[in-house]
Amino acid sequence: MKISLTRRYNFAASHRLHSPRLSEEENHRMYGKCNNPYGHGHNYIVEVTMTGPVDEATGMITSLGDLDPFVHREVIEQFDHKYLNEEVPAFQTMVPTTENVCREIYKRLKKYPSAQLKGVRIEETLKNSFEYGE
Amino acid sequence: MIRITRKVEFSAAHFYHNPNLSVEENRRVFGKCNNPLGHGHNYVLEVTISGEPDPTTGMVLDLKELKDILQREIMERLDHRHLNYEVPELAGKIPTCENIAAAIWQLLEPRITSGKLDRVRLYESPDLFADCTADTEVTGRRA
Repeated sequence: MKISLTRRYNFAASHRLHSPRLSEEENHRMYGKCNNPYGHGHNYIVEVTMTGPVDEATGMITSLGDLDPFVHREVIEQFDHKYLNEEVPAFQTMVPTTENVCREIYKRLKKYPSAQLKGVRIEETLKNSFEYGE
Repeated sequence: MIRITRKVEFSAAHFYHNPNLSVEENRRVFGKCNNPLGHGHNYVLEVTISGEPDPTTGMVLDLKELKDILQREIMERLDHRHLNYEVPELAGKIPTCENIAAAIWQLLEPRITSGKLDRVRLYESPDLFADCTADTEVTGRRA
Protein backbone atom coordinates (compact mmCIF):
# COMPACT_ATOMS: atom_id res chain seq x y z
CA MET A 1 0.00 0.00 0.00
CA LYS A 2 1.23 3.50 -0.74
CA ILE A 3 -0.10 6.70 0.73
CA SER A 4 -0.45 10.22 -0.60
CA LEU A 5 -1.81 13.41 0.89
CA THR A 6 -3.78 15.96 -1.11
CA ARG A 7 -4.48 19.53 -0.10
CA ARG A 8 -6.86 21.88 -1.93
CA TYR A 9 -6.13 25.59 -2.40
CA ASN A 10 -7.82 28.25 -4.45
CA PHE A 11 -7.08 31.51 -6.17
CA ALA A 12 -9.02 33.90 -8.38
CA ALA A 13 -7.29 35.30 -11.44
CA SER A 14 -7.91 36.66 -14.91
CA HIS A 15 -6.34 35.60 -18.18
CA ARG A 16 -6.64 35.83 -21.92
CA LEU A 17 -5.88 32.99 -24.33
CA HIS A 18 -3.93 34.45 -27.23
CA SER A 19 -0.93 33.05 -29.06
CA PRO A 20 1.50 35.42 -30.79
CA ARG A 21 2.24 32.56 -33.20
CA LEU A 22 -1.28 32.74 -34.62
CA SER A 23 -2.98 35.49 -36.64
CA GLU A 24 -5.86 37.51 -35.18
CA GLU A 25 -8.34 35.36 -37.10
CA GLU A 26 -6.68 32.11 -36.06
CA ASN A 27 -6.59 33.23 -32.42
CA HIS A 28 -10.26 34.06 -32.59
CA ARG A 29 -11.09 30.72 -34.19
CA MET A 30 -8.90 28.72 -31.79
CA TYR A 31 -9.79 30.37 -28.48
CA GLY A 32 -13.25 31.82 -29.14
CA LYS A 33 -14.53 34.01 -26.32
CA CYS A 34 -11.39 33.22 -24.27
CA ASN A 35 -9.56 35.44 -26.79
CA ASN A 36 -11.44 38.58 -25.65
CA PRO A 37 -8.65 41.20 -25.41
CA TYR A 38 -9.95 42.51 -22.09
CA GLY A 39 -9.49 39.08 -20.47
CA HIS A 40 -11.82 37.15 -18.19
CA GLY A 41 -11.39 35.27 -14.91
CA HIS A 42 -11.95 32.09 -12.93
CA ASN A 43 -11.98 30.78 -9.39
CA TYR A 44 -9.24 28.20 -9.76
CA ILE A 45 -9.07 25.25 -7.35
CA VAL A 46 -5.65 23.65 -7.06
CA GLU A 47 -5.16 20.16 -5.63
CA VAL A 48 -1.58 19.45 -4.58
CA THR A 49 -0.69 15.78 -3.97
CA MET A 50 2.39 14.80 -1.96
CA THR A 51 3.87 11.37 -1.34
CA GLY A 52 6.71 9.99 0.72
CA PRO A 53 7.18 8.01 3.91
CA VAL A 54 4.82 8.72 6.79
CA ASP A 55 7.07 10.27 9.44
CA GLU A 56 7.19 8.10 12.54
CA ALA A 57 7.14 11.00 14.99
CA THR A 58 4.29 12.97 13.44
CA GLY A 59 2.20 10.37 11.58
CA MET A 60 2.36 12.68 8.55
CA ILE A 61 3.78 12.70 5.02
CA THR A 62 4.27 16.39 5.52
CA SER A 63 3.03 18.94 8.01
CA LEU A 64 0.43 21.39 6.73
CA GLY A 65 2.32 23.91 8.85
CA ASP A 66 5.12 23.55 6.28
CA LEU A 67 3.09 22.86 3.13
CA ASP A 68 0.52 25.66 3.41
CA PRO A 69 3.00 28.54 3.77
CA PHE A 70 5.14 27.10 0.95
CA VAL A 71 2.21 26.83 -1.49
CA HIS A 72 0.98 30.27 -0.48
CA ARG A 73 4.40 31.83 -0.98
CA GLU A 74 5.25 30.06 -4.25
CA VAL A 75 1.83 30.10 -5.92
CA ILE A 76 -1.19 31.64 -4.23
CA GLU A 77 0.35 35.02 -3.36
CA GLN A 78 1.70 35.35 -6.90
CA PHE A 79 -1.44 34.18 -8.73
CA ASP A 80 -4.37 35.36 -6.60
CA HIS A 81 -6.18 38.44 -7.90
CA LYS A 82 -3.66 38.85 -10.71
CA TYR A 83 -3.82 39.06 -14.49
CA LEU A 84 -1.84 35.93 -15.30
CA ASN A 85 -0.71 37.08 -18.77
CA GLU A 86 1.11 40.12 -17.44
CA GLU A 87 1.75 39.60 -13.75
CA VAL A 88 3.18 36.07 -13.72
CA PRO A 89 6.45 36.18 -15.68
CA ALA A 90 6.12 32.66 -17.14
CA PHE A 91 2.93 33.63 -18.96
CA GLN A 92 4.48 36.57 -20.73
CA THR A 93 5.85 34.00 -23.19
CA MET A 94 3.42 31.09 -22.69
CA VAL A 95 -0.35 31.03 -23.23
CA PRO A 96 -1.98 30.76 -19.77
CA THR A 97 -4.21 27.82 -20.60
CA THR A 98 -4.94 25.75 -17.54
CA GLU A 99 -2.70 23.01 -18.97
CA ASN A 100 0.18 25.49 -18.81
CA VAL A 101 -0.90 26.88 -15.42
CA CYS A 102 -0.85 23.29 -14.12
CA ARG A 103 2.70 22.76 -15.41
CA GLU A 104 3.91 26.08 -14.04
CA ILE A 105 2.50 25.34 -10.58
CA TYR A 106 4.02 21.85 -10.69
CA LYS A 107 7.41 23.38 -11.55
CA ARG A 108 7.17 25.79 -8.64
CA LEU A 109 6.10 23.15 -6.09
CA LYS A 110 8.59 20.51 -7.25
CA LYS A 111 11.28 22.11 -5.06
CA TYR A 112 9.25 21.52 -1.87
CA PRO A 113 11.87 20.13 0.51
CA SER A 114 9.74 18.09 2.96
CA ALA A 115 7.91 15.59 0.68
CA GLN A 116 7.74 14.45 -2.92
CA LEU A 117 5.31 16.21 -5.25
CA LYS A 118 3.16 13.63 -7.04
CA GLY A 119 0.85 15.82 -9.04
CA VAL A 120 -1.12 19.01 -9.46
CA ARG A 121 -4.78 19.03 -10.47
CA ILE A 122 -6.63 22.24 -11.28
CA GLU A 123 -10.36 22.81 -11.57
CA GLU A 124 -10.78 25.86 -13.78
CA THR A 125 -14.56 25.63 -13.51
CA LEU A 126 -16.94 22.99 -12.18
CA LYS A 127 -16.83 21.40 -15.62
CA ASN A 128 -13.14 21.53 -16.54
CA SER A 129 -10.18 20.01 -14.72
CA PHE A 130 -6.56 19.43 -15.68
CA GLU A 131 -3.86 17.25 -14.12
CA TYR A 132 -0.10 17.23 -14.40
CA GLY A 133 2.34 14.78 -12.84
CA GLU A 134 5.47 12.92 -13.82
CA MET B 1 -11.42 -3.56 -15.54
CA ILE B 2 -14.19 -1.70 -13.71
CA ARG B 3 -13.91 0.36 -10.54
CA ILE B 4 -16.81 0.86 -8.18
CA THR B 5 -16.79 3.34 -5.32
CA ARG B 6 -18.93 3.57 -2.22
CA LYS B 7 -18.92 6.59 0.07
CA VAL B 8 -19.66 6.68 3.81
CA GLU B 9 -19.34 9.42 6.38
CA PHE B 10 -18.35 9.17 10.02
CA SER B 11 -17.75 11.70 12.77
CA ALA B 12 -14.95 11.26 15.27
CA ALA B 13 -12.75 13.11 17.73
CA HIS B 14 -8.96 13.13 17.89
CA PHE B 15 -5.88 15.13 18.79
CA TYR B 16 -2.21 14.85 17.86
CA HIS B 17 0.34 14.15 20.56
CA ASN B 18 3.61 12.26 20.50
CA PRO B 19 4.62 11.12 24.00
CA ASN B 20 8.26 11.03 22.91
CA LEU B 21 8.27 14.79 22.34
CA SER B 22 8.24 17.54 24.98
CA VAL B 23 5.17 19.66 25.64
CA GLU B 24 6.74 22.53 23.71
CA GLU B 25 7.75 20.33 20.77
CA ASN B 26 4.26 18.84 20.57
CA ARG B 27 2.78 22.32 20.47
CA ARG B 28 5.23 23.47 17.84
CA VAL B 29 4.82 20.43 15.57
CA PHE B 30 1.07 19.91 15.87
CA GLY B 31 -0.21 23.43 16.63
CA LYS B 32 -3.87 23.60 17.55
CA CYS B 33 -4.29 19.89 16.73
CA ASN B 34 -2.32 19.27 19.95
CA ASN B 35 -5.17 20.48 22.21
CA PRO B 36 -5.41 17.57 24.69
CA LEU B 37 -9.18 17.99 24.97
CA GLY B 38 -9.43 16.99 21.32
CA HIS B 39 -11.46 18.25 18.39
CA GLY B 40 -13.44 16.49 15.69
CA HIS B 41 -14.20 16.09 12.01
CA ASN B 42 -16.85 14.77 9.69
CA TYR B 43 -14.72 12.29 7.79
CA VAL B 44 -15.81 11.21 4.33
CA LEU B 45 -14.51 7.83 3.21
CA GLU B 46 -14.52 6.67 -0.41
CA VAL B 47 -13.72 3.01 -0.94
CA THR B 48 -12.96 1.83 -4.48
CA ILE B 49 -13.03 -1.83 -5.57
CA SER B 50 -11.67 -2.92 -8.94
CA GLY B 51 -12.31 -6.06 -10.93
CA GLU B 52 -14.26 -7.67 -13.75
CA PRO B 53 -18.05 -7.89 -13.45
CA ASP B 54 -19.28 -11.39 -12.68
CA PRO B 55 -20.94 -12.74 -15.87
CA THR B 56 -23.97 -13.95 -13.91
CA THR B 57 -24.67 -10.91 -11.72
CA GLY B 58 -23.03 -8.14 -13.79
CA MET B 59 -21.37 -6.90 -10.59
CA VAL B 60 -17.74 -6.54 -9.48
CA LEU B 61 -18.94 -6.78 -5.89
CA ASP B 62 -22.50 -6.50 -4.67
CA LEU B 63 -22.73 -2.93 -3.32
CA LYS B 64 -24.95 -4.19 -0.54
CA GLU B 65 -22.18 -6.50 0.57
CA LEU B 66 -19.71 -3.59 0.46
CA LYS B 67 -22.17 -1.47 2.45
CA ASP B 68 -22.39 -4.20 5.11
CA ILE B 69 -18.59 -4.55 5.25
CA LEU B 70 -18.18 -0.77 5.67
CA GLN B 71 -20.84 -0.67 8.37
CA ARG B 72 -19.30 -3.55 10.32
CA GLU B 73 -15.59 -2.83 9.88
CA ILE B 74 -15.50 0.97 9.73
CA MET B 75 -18.65 2.66 10.97
CA GLU B 76 -19.03 0.56 14.10
CA ARG B 77 -15.34 1.04 14.93
CA LEU B 78 -14.92 4.73 14.12
CA ASP B 79 -18.24 6.57 14.04
CA HIS B 80 -18.78 8.83 17.06
CA ARG B 81 -15.59 7.55 18.68
CA HIS B 82 -12.47 9.18 20.05
CA LEU B 83 -9.73 7.91 17.73
CA ASN B 84 -6.97 8.30 20.33
CA TYR B 85 -8.70 6.15 22.94
CA GLU B 86 -11.27 3.84 21.43
CA VAL B 87 -9.81 2.30 18.29
CA PRO B 88 -7.35 -0.57 18.88
CA GLU B 89 -6.15 -0.41 15.24
CA LEU B 90 -4.81 3.10 15.90
CA ALA B 91 -3.28 2.35 19.30
CA GLY B 92 0.21 3.81 19.53
CA LYS B 93 -0.26 5.76 16.31
CA ILE B 94 -1.00 9.43 15.83
CA PRO B 95 -4.48 9.52 14.27
CA THR B 96 -3.58 11.63 11.24
CA CYS B 97 -5.47 11.36 7.99
CA GLU B 98 -2.58 9.25 6.60
CA ASN B 99 -2.59 6.79 9.52
CA ILE B 100 -6.39 6.47 9.65
CA ALA B 101 -6.53 5.79 5.90
CA ALA B 102 -3.80 3.14 6.29
CA ALA B 103 -5.67 1.49 9.19
CA ILE B 104 -8.87 1.46 7.12
CA TRP B 105 -6.98 -0.14 4.22
CA GLN B 106 -5.68 -2.87 6.51
CA LEU B 107 -9.15 -3.52 7.96
CA LEU B 108 -10.83 -3.72 4.56
CA GLU B 109 -8.30 -5.49 2.37
CA PRO B 110 -8.73 -9.02 3.81
CA ARG B 111 -12.53 -8.65 3.76
CA ILE B 112 -12.89 -7.90 0.06
CA THR B 113 -13.39 -11.36 -1.39
CA SER B 114 -14.77 -10.35 -4.77
CA GLY B 115 -12.72 -7.85 -6.77
CA LYS B 116 -9.72 -6.08 -5.21
CA LEU B 117 -9.40 -3.12 -2.91
CA ASP B 118 -8.15 -0.43 -5.29
CA ARG B 119 -8.18 2.80 -3.31
CA VAL B 120 -9.13 4.18 0.09
CA ARG B 121 -9.65 7.95 0.04
CA LEU B 122 -10.28 9.61 3.38
CA TYR B 123 -11.34 13.26 3.53
CA GLU B 124 -10.73 14.94 6.87
CA SER B 125 -12.27 18.11 5.42
CA PRO B 126 -13.23 19.13 1.87
CA ASP B 127 -9.71 20.59 1.51
CA LEU B 128 -7.64 17.68 2.80
CA PHE B 129 -7.56 13.98 1.99
CA ALA B 130 -5.25 10.97 2.09
CA ASP B 131 -5.23 8.21 -0.53
CA CYS B 132 -4.10 4.62 0.01
CA THR B 133 -3.53 2.61 -3.13
CA ALA B 134 -2.21 -0.87 -3.81
CA ASP B 135 1.47 -1.69 -4.12
CA THR B 136 4.70 -1.30 -2.14
CA GLU B 137 4.97 -1.90 1.56
CA VAL B 138 2.84 -0.59 4.40
CA THR B 139 3.97 2.95 5.18
CA GLY B 140 1.82 3.71 8.23
CA ARG B 141 4.11 3.58 11.22
CA ARG B 142 3.89 3.60 14.95
CA ALA B 143 4.81 6.64 17.03
